[in-house]
Amino acid sequence: MLTYAIKRIGLGLLILTFVMVVMYTAVFLVPGDPASVALGPRATPELKKMLIERMGLDQPVWWQIVEFFRNALTGNLGYDVWSNRPVSTLVMEALPNTLVLGVTSLAAALLIGVPLGCLSVVRRGTAADAIIGVLSVGVIAVPSFVVAIYSLLLFAVTLRWLPAIGAGETGDLVSQAKALVMPALAIALGWIGYIARMVRASMMEVMGEPHIRTARSFGLPEWKIVSKYALRIAIIPTISLVAVGLGSILSSAVFVEAVFARPGIGRLVTDAVNTRNYPVVMGTVLIMTAIYVSITIAADLLIARLDPRVRDVFRD
Amino acid sequence: MTGSLAARDLSVRYETLHGSVQALRHVDIEAHPGEVIGIVGESGCGKSTLVTALANLLPANARVEGSIVYHGVDLVNLDAHRRRLLRGDEIALVSQDPMTAFNPVLTIGDQLVDFQHHRKDLDRSQKKARIAAMLTRVGISDAEQRMKSYPHELSGGMRQRMAIAAALLTDPGLLIADEPTTALDVTMEAQIIHLLRELRREYNGIIIVVSHHLGVIAELCDRVYVMYAGEVVEGGEVDAIFHDAHHPYTRALLACDPARFPDRLERLPTIPGTLPNLTEPPAGCIYASRCERTLEPCRNVVPPCVKLSACHIARCHGVCG
Repeated sequence: MLTYAIKRIGLGLLILTFVMVVMYTAVFLVPGDPASVALGPRATPELKKMLIERMGLDQPVWWQIVEFFRNALTGNLGYDVWSNRPVSTLVMEALPNTLVLGVTSLAAALLIGVPLGCLSVVRRGTAADAIIGVLSVGVIAVPSFVVAIYSLLLFAVTLRWLPAIGAGETGDLVSQAKALVMPALAIALGWIGYIARMVRASMMEVMGEPHIRTARSFGLPEWKIVSKYALRIAIIPTISLVAVGLGSILSSAVFVEAVFARPGIGRLVTDAVNTRNYPVVMGTVLIMTAIYVSITIAADLLIARLDPRVRDVFRD
Repeated sequence: MTGSLAARDLSVRYETLHGSVQALRHVDIEAHPGEVIGIVGESGCGKSTLVTALANLLPANARVEGSIVYHGVDLVNLDAHRRRLLRGDEIALVSQDPMTAFNPVLTIGDQLVDFQHHRKDLDRSQKKARIAAMLTRVGISDAEQRMKSYPHELSGGMRQRMAIAAALLTDPGLLIADEPTTALDVTMEAQIIHLLRELRREYNGIIIVVSHHLGVIAELCDRVYVMYAGEVVEGGEVDAIFHDAHHPYTRALLACDPARFPDRLERLPTIPGTLPNLTEPPAGCIYASRCERTLEPCRNVVPPCVKLSACHIARCHGVCG
């Protein structure tokens, strides 16, 4: 198990390096000179040269990458070109908002999706199953920007229940929670459908296995068979799905934060890309990739924890 | 609690997209406390459907007619809730394949604790103590340690012992073993048969053993029912069936048992023909198309149940009582 964890972490570091190499290559390949874009057409050549040096763009690409990682290892992710503040500070300011949004969306999607999937299985073939099925496919099909805009219109403009923009007053939990509802809904809604379908499909398969018949032959109540005997196995594909899906949750956060004007990593990246603020882009991407990779590793370890057969494969 | 079991005129149909399959037709069997009943027949003869019906585990597309009276209660007309309460309390099933019978992600101990859920009077540690005692009784050493194992960490024979222990833990009045040795190798099979023989000495409920293996039946059972294509064609004491079989199918089945040949043969004997289509079973005798001595009424008239002795019956036009 320990060897397995170490291997997975090593692979994660490799992925991180690869992503950063691709990012630097992309910056190098994008047409247009970042300094001219940033400073506008009337900038003097001296000013441009200064900015290029400050961003380190006069160095060869491979050297830039090596420098970046050397600094990153000491906790220095570079400096914002405009405000000259450390990128790590900017990220740390924005990250909690995004993480709260991502975790809330995911938790909501799991807390609603998993029971819906189970209910579909317990009541298979009935109207409840059919309704859950239609609704699940329906919410998967609705793009989250549509949910975002319509919920804005309904809850913020017409009903005036929830604030339209921002992340709520600092220190006021109620106001922060209210500001969280709509962005989380926009992200979570499709995932509720995905998770419900996934749990239903894998659980239907598990329910046909002989050990479920054994549990039945001992007269265990159906809810216990579903929630303990079947769910422990059926949840495993869902964990993988959610871990992989976290990438798409983080990328939906980018525009959901834009729609609801929520401060967060998404907004930080969008603004940085628009102003060609490369150090900020690189620093943020590194942090986001690191989070994504850690969650994937955590999911793999959780699966090994849940399934003793997987655990034994990696036992040394 | 022990009581007699009797199935009367029991028929089971499965409603499928390709029509209704008459898996079991007009089956009469009975069993009394202390008896070990064998049910034998080739694949597809309805033995599994019969025990599934007795264990109240038929799938939703099954339609049941007739009655199964156990201890004065008709299981066929029982509501779903009361039926569930009987399972794992009065009636226990040891299922066919010990490799897949247990949940792979829960420890054996955890599952065996759950299986005692009818025993509301015991707490978790008492249930665990019962498990340890029962595992020792079925021949598993270091029971405490084994309870912490996951199913895939145990051998097939050990898992089958666990499955038998699980069934016995519920103190059932009716213990059904569906092909208890089919998935095991010969050595393990001998050990499990030995275990079942030991257990029957101190057990006073009904044991039903299903097998296509004639040797298993001969070693374990008092009485045996021979099934063919969803019907009981002959039934009686083990000695009568094995040495004085009357139904042509039973004879043919015995003639095909490799264990009965003293010499090596080039080809094993088989029963020519195939099972009839159970969506539209033939009008007369179900075995007529493969029978070696078809008489005049066999193709059109359902054969009567001929009583040959106190408990020896055969369903055939060719025998006389």
